[in-house]
Amino acid sequence: MSQELSAKEHTGHPTAGQYFRIAVILCAITAVEVGIFYLEFLGHWMIPILFTLSAFKFALVAMYYMHLKFDHKLFTYMFVAGFILAACVISFLLLLFGVYS
Amino acid sequence: MAQEHAAPIHGEDEGTTTGLNHRKMLMWAFLGSDCMFFGSLIATYLVYQGKSLEGPLPIDVFDIPVTSISTFVLLMSSMSMVLAYSALTKNNMKGFRIWMVSTAIMGATFIGFQVYEFSSFANHHVEVDCVNPGELTKYEQHIFDEGCASGEAHAESHEGLKPQTNLFGTTFYTLTGFHGAHVTLGIVWLLSLLLLSFKKGVITPEKNLDVDLAALYWHFVDVVWIVIFTVVYLFGVFPGF
Repeated sequence: MSQELSAKEHTGHPTAGQYFRIAVILCAITAVEVGIFYLEFLGHWMIPILFTLSAFKFALVAMYYMHLKFDHKLFTYMFVAGFILAACVISFLLLLFGVYS
Repeated sequence: MAQEHAAPIHGEDEGTTTGLNHRKMLMWAFLGSDCMFFGSLIATYLVYQGKSLEGPLPIDVFDIPVTSISTFVLLMSSMSMVLAYSALTKNNMKGFRIWMVSTAIMGATFIGFQVYEFSSFANHHVEVDCVNPGELTKYEQHIFDEGCASGEAHAESHEGLKPQTNLFGTTFYTLTGFHGAHVTLGIVWLLSLLLLSFKKGVITPEKNLDVDLAALYWHFVDVVWIVIFTVVYLFGVFPGF
């Protein structure tokens, strides 16, 4: 039995190889983000694209590196509650100061 | 096979009323509250975006390739951190120490990039050719209008971007400065754990909660930077934002 397999069986956490693959994906997305940034013809489409890529990176780190995918759901709820509240603070402050208008 | 010893997953069956480890729950509560802290700082930055009366502005000072490299370093430090934890749970203490050192080094490298960036922003120097100015930013246009009116060949400004320069400077340094402080605290935490690992019985595959909590904190610092890099740096230089 390999050490990686053993680790996965016993703890439910990803293996070292899977952590490395996630790191490669994260770096690739960052490279794509920087590449997209220089594509001027995208215009305002750049904002939702970059936002989506950033959210994907955020989710990957939270789910796999922070083990939220494998830990008890209550930890996820506690973190997501803070995140949603932060998103609401940002949205309402922008609304209050007329940034959208 | 002793090397494949299974470490306990902290967070479940801890004999508490919730069945969850209280220290780990507290860590998640702290991270949730830190989300709100950084959310407020990001909101403040966005609210004041484009409201600075004078430059330098983001487009004048940001160097996206340099910041991309520092982002890459921080992402790699997260991988290194998770490999340190993985090595510890497999009773591979040598691997644990190597990955912890590499995580701390990459964290310090990120801080080095930030110091370089802050220093270059504070000493930002702009020189505009009055004869062939080319395409100018708003700030460069301002320097052109003020400096070239008297018939000079060049106009320049050594103003730089400091926290007191304009609203952009204030909100930018506050946000990224607090993030840098978090990273610095994380480095101290990691190095403390590394030193403790040499003390017998303090950090073992069975007693890995201290490392688990430090890892959560370190990854959180990473995800905050993922947001800052996109919202502050990439959106900051984008003319339509």
